[in-house]
Amino acid sequence: MRVMAPEEMEALIRLLSDDGYEVVGPTRREGAIVYDRLQGLSDLPAGWGDEHGPGHYRLRQRDDQALFGYVVGPHSWKKYLFPPRETLVRVLRREDGGFETQPGEPAPPRRAFIGVRPCELAAIGIQDRVFLEQSVRDRAYGARREGVFLVAVNCAEPGGTCFCTSMGTGPRAGSGFDLGLTEVIGEGTHFLVIEAGSEAGEAMLARMDTREASEAERAAAEQVWLEAPKHMGRTMPGDAREVLARALEHPRWAQTAERCLSCANCTLVCPTCFCAQMEELPDLEGKSSERVRLWDSCFNGEHSYMIGGPHRSTVAARYRQWLTHKLSSWHEQFGSSGCVGCGRCITWCPVGIDITEEVAAIRATGQGKAGGQGT
Amino acid sequence: MSVSAAERQIPEPMAPVPWRILDVRREVADGEVFTWRLRPESGAAPEARPGQFNMLYLFGVGEVAISVSAMDGDGSLVHTIRAVGSVTRTMQGLRAGDVVGVRGPFGSAWPVEAAEGRDLVLAAGGIGLAPLRPVIHAVLARREAFGRVLICYGARSPRDLIFRDELAQWQARADLDVRVTVDRGTADWKGDVGVVTQLIDRGGFDGRNALAMVCGPEVMMRFSALSLHRRGVVPERTFVSMERCMRCALGFCGHCQIGPHFVCRDGPVFPYPVMEPAFRVHEL
Repeated sequence: MRVMAPEEMEALIRLLSDDGYEVVGPTRREGAIVYDRLQGLSDLPAGWGDEHGPGHYRLRQRDDQALFGYVVGPHSWKKYLFPPRETLVRVLRREDGGFETQPGEPAPPRRAFIGVRPCELAAIGIQDRVFLEQSVRDRAYGARREGVFLVAVNCAEPGGTCFCTSMGTGPRAGSGFDLGLTEVIGEGTHFLVIEAGSEAGEAMLARMDTREASEAERAAAEQVWLEAPKHMGRTMPGDAREVLARALEHPRWAQTAERCLSCANCTLVCPTCFCAQMEELPDLEGKSSERVRLWDSCFNGEHSYMIGGPHRSTVAARYRQWLTHKLSSWHEQFGSSGCVGCGRCITWCPVGIDITEEVAAIRATGQGKAGGQGT
Repeated sequence: MSVSAAERQIPEPMAPVPWRILDVRREVADGEVFTWRLRPESGAAPEARPGQFNMLYLFGVGEVAISVSAMDGDGSLVHTIRAVGSVTRTMQGLRAGDVVGVRGPFGSAWPVEAAEGRDLVLAAGGIGLAPLRPVIHAVLARREAFGRVLICYGARSPRDLIFRDELAQWQARADLDVRVTVDRGTADWKGDVGVVTQLIDRGGFDGRNALAMVCGPEVMMRFSALSLHRRGVVPERTFVSMERCMRCALGFCGHCQIGPHFVCRDGPVFPYPVMEPAFRVHEL
């Protein structure tokens, strides 16, 4: 276990940039912590924390200079690996009426992600399974995922809508990163514990100014790992998968639909939601056309478009689709839950619908009407 | 993480391949339903199985999932299309020699081999006859391998019947029991009027030993399955072909999910018990 000064983040960002990485990570913008290009240490949100509640998010100034003293913002790394809009194919019309195809986008940059939370590492792992480990690989996702350098940061103070302990994804990262950081702030001390999780991480660590952790520093880091789970703001019932599978006709869906605006915020901030729309975008001359992939949401009417009308016309059916897919049928499709417990869907829901509360409510009343045989 | 170093060399699975329309055939008087025989510009069509579909693409317009309605084994594939949306209506204006894009074939197939030695019931509603036609072709190629073969076909009106010439040939055969009904008859219509389930209810097959394949609107498939099961066909030997809006056909876009199933990849052909919740639960 090695230790470095917070200022050494400047060196890490510079070394990664020198190696050709586009370095992205947390920065403060428009009252939120978002992910964007990092030029140096000063771009990190030093001294800023955040408050999370259902439909509630506020930045607040901390009384220390913590670099990673926030929980998570509205962005996730999904926006880099599975961007909201991308051209998958460019189709060029030939003189004879036929066509040929070209790749839609230039080769993506190699990126380094700074400040990946353990729940976000788990989310990247889930999208890897969706896009790379099925019968067909998603070429565009794979090209961006290839060679990403991951700098994880373990959580010291999970927030009011966090429930990663319930989902088994945090608050400490086990594997799947190149470098893992733990930020320790005590009376008169502020340092980062750093560990390598891959060969690339080892190589980078060797080029940085670090030293072996002292006994006291080691103990302080372990204290952070021990304390973090106690800050978890929410709990997800462990049998959510089975509860929802039995509850397809539970009255709760219609009740929640009265509050749900079907706005799709939850699916946009979710780090694992992968639904996409395909659009055809011809140029005005009719010489070329782009096949564009855009984020979609099961809350949109268009999502279940069929000739004769959408087959999920009601908000209740759309909310049911989202929740049962995320927490139940995802297991059958991809071998795990689709939820990592990051709490974003709770924080960014404009009416504060709480995924954990919904499951608990269905669970509490699930055995009666929802027995599976329906009405 | 399992990412290959040669990622960028992998062909783009969403890129359509140019195929040429060899001929166009009007199936109904106003041309709302039409059949294309298609062949890749270079090489022969990949092998397709009965029940599978292709994504057909029109430059500058978009892409739609259309099932294969015949495979003649001559390097072409046949698709029967109903002009109902923006892409298919534009397709209606295309002629022999025009180039369209194709990706596929995708999806699961009708279990034709599993029907060998059994009675076979095919129930089709409207354009739902198109994905079943390759099954009929496969059965007629080895007619002796199957027991009694029943084709129950329902359409909105006599003018909506597709594959008319072939239908007449099938009806003329002694070894096929072809029953056709329409929702609304015309003055010169001498056949049945009513829903397709009534054709099933008339029996003429050994339910316990039969295998059934059903394709049509969901309500038609649901009640056809009920009729079949009343006649003794076990749910596990009843197969349905589901329709959902498919954007990618690869299991990525998420649009075609029914419970845990991706219709594009796990379907479109499913054993009835697997799809039973979709018929039972409203808007699943």
